[in-house]
Amino acid sequence: MSRVLVGVKRVIDYAVKIRVKPDQSGVVTDGVKHSMNPFCEIAVEEAVKLKEKKFIKEVVAVSCGPSQVTETIRTALAMGCDRGIHVEVSGKDYEAMGPLQISKIFAALAKKEEASLVILGKQAIDDDCNQTGQMTAALLDWPQGTFASEVTIDGETVKVVREIDGGLETIKISMPAVLTADLRLNTPRYATLPNIMKAKKKKIANMKPADLGVDMVSRVEVLRVDEPPTRLAGVKVETVDDLVAKLKANGTI
Amino acid sequence: MASPLIRCFSKVGRQVSRPWSVCQHGLRNRSTQPDMSAEQAAALGVTYPPLQTYSEEEGMMRDAVNKFAQERLAPFVSKMDENSLMDPEVIKSLFEQGLMGIEIDPEYGGTGSTFFSSILVIEELAKVDASVAVLCDIQNTLINTLFTKLGTAAQKERYLSRLSTDMVGSFCLSEAESGSDAFSLKTRADKHGDYYVINGSKMWISNAEQAGVFLVMANVDPSAGHRGITCFIVDRDTEGLQIGKKENKLGLRASSTCPLNLDNIKVPEKNVLGQIGHGYKYAIGMLNEGRIGIAAQMLGLAQGCFDQAVPYTRQRVQFGKRIFDFQAMQHQIAHVATQIEAARLLTYNAARLKEAGRPFIKEACMAKYFTSEVATLTTSKCIEWMGGVGFTKDYPVEKYYRDCKIGTIYEGTTNIQLSTMAKFIDKEYDH
Repeated sequence: MSRVLVGVKRVIDYAVKIRVKPDQSGVVTDGVKHSMNPFCEIAVEEAVKLKEKKFIKEVVAVSCGPSQVTETIRTALAMGCDRGIHVEVSGKDYEAMGPLQISKIFAALAKKEEASLVILGKQAIDDDCNQTGQMTAALLDWPQGTFASEVTIDGETVKVVREIDGGLETIKISMPAVLTADLRLNTPRYATLPNIMKAKKKKIANMKPADLGVDMVSRVEVLRVDEPPTRLAGVKVETVDDLVAKLKANGTI
Repeated sequence: MASPLIRCFSKVGRQVSRPWSVCQHGLRNRSTQPDMSAEQAAALGVTYPPLQTYSEEEGMMRDAVNKFAQERLAPFVSKMDENSLMDPEVIKSLFEQGLMGIEIDPEYGGTGSTFFSSILVIEELAKVDASVAVLCDIQNTLINTLFTKLGTAAQKERYLSRLSTDMVGSFCLSEAESGSDAFSLKTRADKHGDYYVINGSKMWISNAEQAGVFLVMANVDPSAGHRGITCFIVDRDTEGLQIGKKENKLGLRASSTCPLNLDNIKVPEKNVLGQIGHGYKYAIGMLNEGRIGIAAQMLGLAQGCFDQAVPYTRQRVQFGKRIFDFQAMQHQIAHVATQIEAARLLTYNAARLKEAGRPFIKEACMAKYFTSEVATLTTSKCIEWMGGVGFTKDYPVEKYYRDCKIGTIYEGTTNIQLSTMAKFIDKEYDH
């Protein structure tokens, strides 16, 4: 029973008002506040909890990106992870980086670190892809417990309660496995000041995707990014008949 | 006051603006610039980085406390103010987060960080509640520092680990007849063999309701004047120590401020902190540092109030445009923002000077004096900008207005700060 890999992504802070770049190639990230993806915080919290309950020995926080992502890794260390891995990706590769490349990196790392579990957030709040966990499991040919709202380890198996459209689904999967954290899995702890100080001493290893045998070439090209259309004012009607008439008139029904 | 008119205004106001609790959300870091860490500045070859440069550790601490304060403390603020009572949950969470022993060595359970980190922590706490900030400030800048600097190994062993984990401390200097004239204090300590008997009373003692230990300034030899003042460590359960009823205050209501009665209390010799007769030096020394902490508190208060009021001005529409867009409003808002920025730079610079071991007393006085004045201006203006709703308790700005007033009074009144500065200025022209 040993090691858990946790993925943490540095994204634009949830409270920031997003603006599209004038050339419509993406959103403005320069000078904008970034923080750890909220679902990644939940993933870190779950991994640290498992360590506190003595189900696992070591939690390794992993992030892919330019030098700034080390801040995100430090936050994970301050929450209780033991060490970090920074996979350096910058420039054009970073802009084109997506779930396929990340999942390849995580699959390679999971094998290299001999991890028993890979815990990720269910999705990132910037691209909302919801693919990395699933792709990682497929590449490793490991079982997956996605949208987890409850995780219980029992020997060599994991019981996962998943939040699905119809309600809750409970599955039992064997380890090693990939889990993705949903909102209600836990409430992430605040990094206490003493833990922030301790995090300074924890190690962050550096490596490149090439070291893991991963090519970063993207199969996806972003053509254009637009702001969502401005919401128009609604129309008030007096009766249900009026409502039906209006809906018929504008072709909705 | 035309009450029907005001009621009408506030009703309209309520439809437009967000209520209290929603106002608190999204009060995240309002800086327009992303922070640059000291390490990043050095990497860029910037030899003299701006004052708003923090080490990675300071930045992380500030963000952690900002988040903690906005999410965990904010829900308690209104009730604590109304009941004039600090919730024990709040105090417990301050200890849990490591905010009460910021500079204490980890071997005593502290965080082991720097003075500047304390300043940032106090500022972030004050943005949400000045009472919580002052509790944290007194603990860190007065109590912990006194024990760390002056404590014997045994005293540090006994008290520091408690101060960083579960015990609040109080600093007892002022009396009914001696405020600014601190050294005319009348509390006496008479030596009897290996213990002292202390008699007297203290007033305006912050944290008194919650404190487990009191640092009492008493005079062992009134004929020697201030050179008899000595600092005694008095445990709460000492017989004869009576904590009076707390004051019913205008502001900082959640912070308990009580009179203390010392009726023939017996304090062993080993409970003298530092040297006999040197208490006055310790008091001055600590208050010089404490004043930077108060500056940080007033700064956070001003910023927090400002952060509440400006969004309202951007939302509220009158005469077809946002009230923010009227030039008079813009000029007032920009003026206040400038004052806050200046206050911030004074405070940060005083803190950095102290950390660098350079002379800092004049600058500390300037920081405390200026930020308390800025807090008064800011809170007053913020209420005006919010109009009728600013005047009601449903919105947080009126609390900031009441809380700021003590800033010009405690830990050295404005007049004392100005006189101290003048003494330094006089000396500067001595050659």
